[in-house]
Amino acid sequence: MLSVKDLSVIFQTRRGVVDAVRGVSFEVAKGEILGIVGESGSGKSVTSYALMRILDAGGMIKAGEATYSGIDLRRAAERDMRDIRGREISMIFQNPRAALNPIRKVGHQIEDVLHQHARATRQDARAKAIAAMEAVKIKDAEQRYNAYPFELSGGMCQRIVCAIALACDPRLLIADEPTTGLDITTQKAVMDLVRDLIRERAMSSILITHDLGLAAQYCDRLIVMKDGLIVEQGDPVQIFSRPQHPYSRKLVDATPRAGATVRDLLPADIRAPEPQIVASDKPLVEVRDLVKTYAGKSGAVHAVKGISFTVNQGQCVGLVGESGCGKSTTSEILVRLMDATSGEVFFDGEDIAQTPARGFARDPRRADIQMVFQDATDSLNPRHTARQAIAEPLRRLGRMRGAALGTRIEELAGLVGLPLPLLDRFPHQLSGGQKARVGIARAVALDPKFLILDEPTAALDVSIQAVVLNLLVDLRAKLGLSYLFVSHDLHVVRLLCDYVIVMKDGLIVEEGLAHHVMSDPQNPYTKSLIAAAPKPPERATPKDQLEAIDAQHATLHDKRAS
Amino acid sequence: MLASSPRLRAVLMRLAQAIPVVIGVVVISFLLTRALPGDPAVYFAGVAADEASIEQTRVAMGLDKPLPVQFVHYVGDLLQGDLGQSLSSGRPVATDLANRLPASLELTLTALILAVITAVPLGVLAATRPGTWVDHLCRVVVTAGVSLPTFFTGILLIYIFYYLAGIAPSPLGRLDFIYLSPDHVTGFYLIDAALMGDWETWRGAAKQLVLPAATLALFTLAPIARMTRAAMLTALSSDFIRTARAAGLSKSVVLYRYAFRNALLPVVTTLGMVFSFALGANVLVEKVFAWPGIGSYAVEALVVSDYAAVQGFVLVMALLFVVLNLVIDLLYTAIDPRIGFEAR
Repeated sequence: MLSVKDLSVIFQTRRGVVDAVRGVSFEVAKGEILGIVGESGSGKSVTSYALMRILDAGGMIKAGEATYSGIDLRRAAERDMRDIRGREISMIFQNPRAALNPIRKVGHQIEDVLHQHARATRQDARAKAIAAMEAVKIKDAEQRYNAYPFELSGGMCQRIVCAIALACDPRLLIADEPTTGLDITTQKAVMDLVRDLIRERAMSSILITHDLGLAAQYCDRLIVMKDGLIVEQGDPVQIFSRPQHPYSRKLVDATPRAGATVRDLLPADIRAPEPQIVASDKPLVEVRDLVKTYAGKSGAVHAVKGISFTVNQGQCVGLVGESGCGKSTTSEILVRLMDATSGEVFFDGEDIAQTPARGFARDPRRADIQMVFQDATDSLNPRHTARQAIAEPLRRLGRMRGAALGTRIEELAGLVGLPLPLLDRFPHQLSGGQKARVGIARAVALDPKFLILDEPTAALDVSIQAVVLNLLVDLRAKLGLSYLFVSHDLHVVRLLCDYVIVMKDGLIVEEGLAHHVMSDPQNPYTKSLIAAAPKPPERATPKDQLEAIDAQHATLHDKRAS
Repeated sequence: MLASSPRLRAVLMRLAQAIPVVIGVVVISFLLTRALPGDPAVYFAGVAADEASIEQTRVAMGLDKPLPVQFVHYVGDLLQGDLGQSLSSGRPVATDLANRLPASLELTLTALILAVITAVPLGVLAATRPGTWVDHLCRVVVTAGVSLPTFFTGILLIYIFYYLAGIAPSPLGRLDFIYLSPDHVTGFYLIDAALMGDWETWRGAAKQLVLPAATLALFTLAPIARMTRAAMLTALSSDFIRTARAAGLSKSVVLYRYAFRNALLPVVTTLGMVFSFALGANVLVEKVFAWPGIGSYAVEALVVSDYAAVQGFVLVMALLFVVLNLVIDLLYTAIDPRIGFEAR
């Protein structure tokens, strides 16, 4: 149905020509779901934009062929391409809220496509748009028709994007990271919907994702891309169990999954033994009846409705939940950037909730509680070098100057594995993983006792995530830190945490030792979260060996927790 | 219908917010003139007045009373539409302003319409074809518009079109003496003449208006063109434009229904700013073209310390800005559905 041969895409930039895609060939058969997996910069999205001929300015197909049902996509006239887009081949994108026109009613956006491809007249456009919304299982489509994107949830916006893409019954759907930025249960709902629609309408599809687990679960065949080249392709189970290319092996290894330890995520040759961490039973942070209520525009918003939990010294506690569950509010209160409405937060026996967040920067305990932020790029000042970023807390809170400061910065860089020459670079000159290291170095600069990690790896590629997670494990062992690890990724929490707290709607619905909660969840919400997480196919490890590892892992966790 | 009630509330809120601003403007225009150096009583009593007659004038004007009492009188007069007597023209300030404000507004509005119909398409074209000749033309026009002072452009235009080419009428006010000014309805000559059906006068007024409006337009189109270009570039690189293109929407739909409407917000903001400074800054243009507007009126009044006139001018301009900002904010709510929800 779609055949791509030796496709090369280049971008003309100010710094010369960049080869984004360097000769890829693949085919998509009728009714097939093909997965293209790769990390950022692998050229997987560019490939699909090139097929649609919607490359950004400066991008062009340099060589190769792309044929869709006999039509030469590379040479077709722009007029013909417009007829193909949306009617024959359509796309859905990541970040659905931004993918919709913010000031146009969603119903009208669907109608625009119907009109464009002459699928509706002035009289029946509204009815057809509502039908398209119902096809993607939007309830109350009649009312949602008049909604603007900002009035809808992320998952609902993605359904609208799907409705736009599927309104004219295309035969090939390209989904470019369709669930990035969505909650895990929403991700499952959207992916299940897309898969069912594709099967129902006998369409073909290309799923582009960085998540190997997700791709393996939904695709018939996988392509692994790296640096604009296809390094491996084949059956998902086969790629998972016997990856041929070293890069696919690295990706498969780095994908968090049940039964793996955090060291298993790294390539085999650089795996060091996992440090044994024994958490004490002495509490470091005790939260009691924490409540946070915001004054919202339409009445009070109860973000946190009275939660209590304890983080022991040396313990890593995972705080899990979907957006809006109150986990970010909780972590902001703990790190003293926000004041609680009521409740106590004991840190080393003292109630720090009494000190207003406004004045906490001058509190001596400021240095003891630090945070690693979610987006390493946005949380660094773009005009400060890595050195300045790390120096800031040392200067302000540690009152360090001159040579002592320089020595300490280099010591910290060594600790987090940031090469010294990179210290004088600005954030935009650093990779995602390097920026994450700067953020961690900055957080541990003042020897804190308690570190709050707010989804520190959410924006990173899996192989980088693997390295950063291992760094966090090592730091915890080396510096005797206690972590509160806030995340929506259950696999990652399972790898890192001794104890897990599951939050929903401002309340704790379940808590317990990590491997107990993960393997035997009691609460229906926890069960649904675990069920929604993508399940990569089993590895080629003999079954009994796998169980042995799992058992070993469980005892390790038991030791840690006790 | 569902969305209209919070938006309606936002609009009403915005209207209510204008009330304290107006009160503040009245207080400030009152205090400002009281704080100016010089004694109005001395001026009003005349050159030959002695101490006694100055004192008499002071009592007659109510200037001997404490400030709060004076303020109450001032507000009372204001409510009756009385802005005091102008010293230099001898007429009530309200009458003077009523005669001159439409002249300034007609000039400014015409200039702004001219600027918008050139600058916005120019900016859009420059954004859709970056690096081409349209883009360079846009840059040249913007630079020229910003760097050439209005009095220079005005004189240059007069030199070329009146002196050399002889196609423009003499730059002496709103209407050549061979025409009778149309009956006062709105004070806008073009509108009044059209209402009378007197197309002869209409053409005469339009001829007089072209050069000063073009001068002012050249000055005001620069920021509008620049902002349109920048806003269009931002809008065109948004994710939703990619979605629209991937759905096969035609170029014009993508450009106008998707990109341009989103780019409108910053353009409208700029338009409001440009309008307010054009109203104040057109005094030079008014001087060059002998245009009987309020800019030149205020400058003349200030030079001869005609306080009632200055006070009236300040008040009218401030009220105009309040109304203008109100209109801009209401335009926002019309363009952007998100506004009503963001307003607190």
